[in-house]
Amino acid sequence: MANIRELDVNGTRRRIDADASRTLLSVLREDLDLTGTKYGCGEGQCAACTVLIDGQPARSCITTVGAVAGKRILTIEGLAPEGKLHPVQEAFLQADAMQCGYCTAGMILGAVALLRSNPNPSDAEIVGGMNGHICRCGTYPRIIRAIHAAAGKGGRA
Amino acid sequence: MRRRDFFAALGGGIAVLLVDDASAQQGGRGGRGGQQMPQDVGAWLHIGEDGVVTACTGKVDVGQNSRTSLTAAVAEELRVPVASVRFIMGDTALTPFDGGTAGSGTTPNMWPQIRRAAATAREMLLDLAAQKWSVDRASISIANGKAASGSHTAGFGELTQGQKFVKTIPANVPLTPATEWKVAGTSVPKVAGREIVTGAHKYPSDTKRPGMWYGKILYPPQFGAKLASLDQSAAEAIPGVKVVHEVLASPRAGFGSDVVGVAAPDSATASRALAALRAEWTPTAAQPSSSDVYAYFKQNAESGPASGAGLVTYTVAYLAHVPLEPRAAVAEWNEGKLTVWTGTQSPFGVRRELMAHFQLPEESVHVIMPDTGSGYGGKHQGDAAIEAAILAKAAGRPVQRNWTREEEMTWAYFRPGALIEVAGKANPDGAIAEWEFHNYNAGASALRTPYHVPNAREQFHQTKSPLRQGSYRCLAATANNFARECHMDDLAHSIGMDPLAFRLKNASNDDRLRAVIEAAAERFGWANRKKTPNHGFGIAAGFEKGGHVATCAEVSVINGAVKVLRVVEAFECGAVVNPEHLRNQVDGAISMGLGGALFERVEFASGKISTNRLSRYRVPRFADMPVIESVLVDRKDLPSAGAGECPIIGIAPAVGNAIFDATGQRIRSLPMAPQGIGRAAAGTA
Repeated sequence: MANIRELDVNGTRRRIDADASRTLLSVLREDLDLTGTKYGCGEGQCAACTVLIDGQPARSCITTVGAVAGKRILTIEGLAPEGKLHPVQEAFLQADAMQCGYCTAGMILGAVALLRSNPNPSDAEIVGGMNGHICRCGTYPRIIRAIHAAAGKGGRA
Repeated sequence: MRRRDFFAALGGGIAVLLVDDASAQQGGRGGRGGQQMPQDVGAWLHIGEDGVVTACTGKVDVGQNSRTSLTAAVAEELRVPVASVRFIMGDTALTPFDGGTAGSGTTPNMWPQIRRAAATAREMLLDLAAQKWSVDRASISIANGKAASGSHTAGFGELTQGQKFVKTIPANVPLTPATEWKVAGTSVPKVAGREIVTGAHKYPSDTKRPGMWYGKILYPPQFGAKLASLDQSAAEAIPGVKVVHEVLASPRAGFGSDVVGVAAPDSATASRALAALRAEWTPTAAQPSSSDVYAYFKQNAESGPASGAGLVTYTVAYLAHVPLEPRAAVAEWNEGKLTVWTGTQSPFGVRRELMAHFQLPEESVHVIMPDTGSGYGGKHQGDAAIEAAILAKAAGRPVQRNWTREEEMTWAYFRPGALIEVAGKANPDGAIAEWEFHNYNAGASALRTPYHVPNAREQFHQTKSPLRQGSYRCLAATANNFARECHMDDLAHSIGMDPLAFRLKNASNDDRLRAVIEAAAERFGWANRKKTPNHGFGIAAGFEKGGHVATCAEVSVINGAVKVLRVVEAFECGAVVNPEHLRNQVDGAISMGLGGALFERVEFASGKISTNRLSRYRVPRFADMPVIESVLVDRKDLPSAGAGECPIIGIAPAVGNAIFDATGQRIRSLPMAPQGIGRAAAGTA
């Protein structure tokens, strides 16, 4: 398979030259310097590497760059492009929904996707929608609170 | 850092320094470890002519929000806005020596030091203003970064006027009492929060340097296996790959003497090169497995096994820390000097490891610790830093060495497993008549019962561990408190006494312990709890690292599946520094403690870890969370203690006691319900 030459990331066409079998995560971090997307497990178990592909959440550590060529990729760096925080980012700040913050980018993008499909989720729906994300610091109750708060403030983006 | 370097780096203004106060420099464990302080003193706080306040500490922030609490300490004592304070943490060239961020030491040790430094600077500013305006010192007030008296007002920079003032911290500098705090004691939000929610914060694993390569290390297939042969030709044939094989004079603990690795311009090429290395290994003899390790602990006890009558056995599995950011380091050599960016709880300890490994003097090694993706006691060693530095030296360029999850869950050290033996007897009136307690391997934290027991016999037995083990949030206190508090429950039941009343009676000599037990029980509604089928209620308490904790749990057990429904935890750690961040720590400790209580365990056999991935090692997720209510007992009359650890020790016994209440089954092994409690109970010693 030919190398991938271009990706649509955060609304911008970025030139790359990457073997199509490489992970999207490694291309974002190494080739495009978008280090906001984190490596946590390499097997899609922790969701620290979550990005949105055409609006749908995807684990970039098990997504090949070949599979996303031509699709719209949104990373955490693209969520507040003009410096104005997305309502979900704002809600995470307000709720102090983090400790070390390493899972936060993936959590926020997962929550953005959840709220797009379900603008006013119940506790159980948040748990169901976010259960693939690990916060080892255990800030889960605050994250649930933040998602509720964002839902109340038009967090569907 | 030397005094002249400090002013060169930060410019004129006021510097407040701490001189040769060994206790202040040591925080955490390990002390100075034989390293000399720089010939001059450590600089602790600087106020620039622009009014910017820069404070320095060798402590680090791994998510416990110490950057925020220390910033609030400066803002409080110096009467400046939180946003005007910049904290430099864990940088061996810019911050004073520190023994490591451990043992919940930042709040009791460093926090008062920083307050003293800021208060000293505040008093200097008062002196300068009194001099400048020729007014009575008592007429001057300082607020919001300005000094004022009558019609006079001046920013801090105007008062220093280009001069360099240096003052050491007097022992009697007046600190603001907790009852008058305006910033400290309030819920100051995480100071770096915006960088985190925007993805802008650079964690150690995000570090990039110009011309940087990516490194990988070939580890043995089994702990203790020795390299028999290595064919690196296929790896070297890959364009751009550098292969390194170094034989160490003294083996790295757990890794052996050979360091074999590769570096390449991108990580994919480095992975290919690693896979192309042809190595043969000589296996080592049989090693204990996770199922027979408890007998091994007892057989190898240095003091010989305990022989008391009626001892009941508890076991506690080894745990993995699972920091979501695995160990990471970037190393860069420049004219014989080494700079390493790495995630560690002990930047000065990592510097010492690097100095020893490369035979370098202190001034040639610079370790920088960006706020890191968690630690939980798991990031004290410099393994990734040493590997990065070896690879960078060989490659002649900066090299990033980020561990994979599998490496993190195999080659990091673990929380020790434990065998615990307990015997006790309660009198009919509820007094504890006899108490004997032995911990094998895990450690002595919280070994001593906090309850009133005459002639308690309590002993920690050093033994051999087949796995590399080290510190972990509260370390052995979780194991010891689990066994003790479950056994306390047994004693209460043996005399038909309510578990709450039994604890309160025996905590008669510890008002702080009684206070948290009463606070938790009241919020939980212990007295009015209603027993229903398949539901149970449990209570546990404990004391560790200056904190007192009591935990009540409600569980359901349906077809062997344990679900923790509700947890109330009361916690007291002196004067509360930041209520929201304290609640966050309590939540987090309960979450992490639930994993070890119910399902987390490291499984191993023949020197191999089989639980080396998140798909094989279950950590708590959203769906595992109970409703958590924390009750903060704020003792403004007591010094503040750390809070990152103690809140973890109550949850496992509270849940165990609740399972007993629901089912009549006493589970004496952690985790209690890896596949539900039927099988776990069957396997209990």
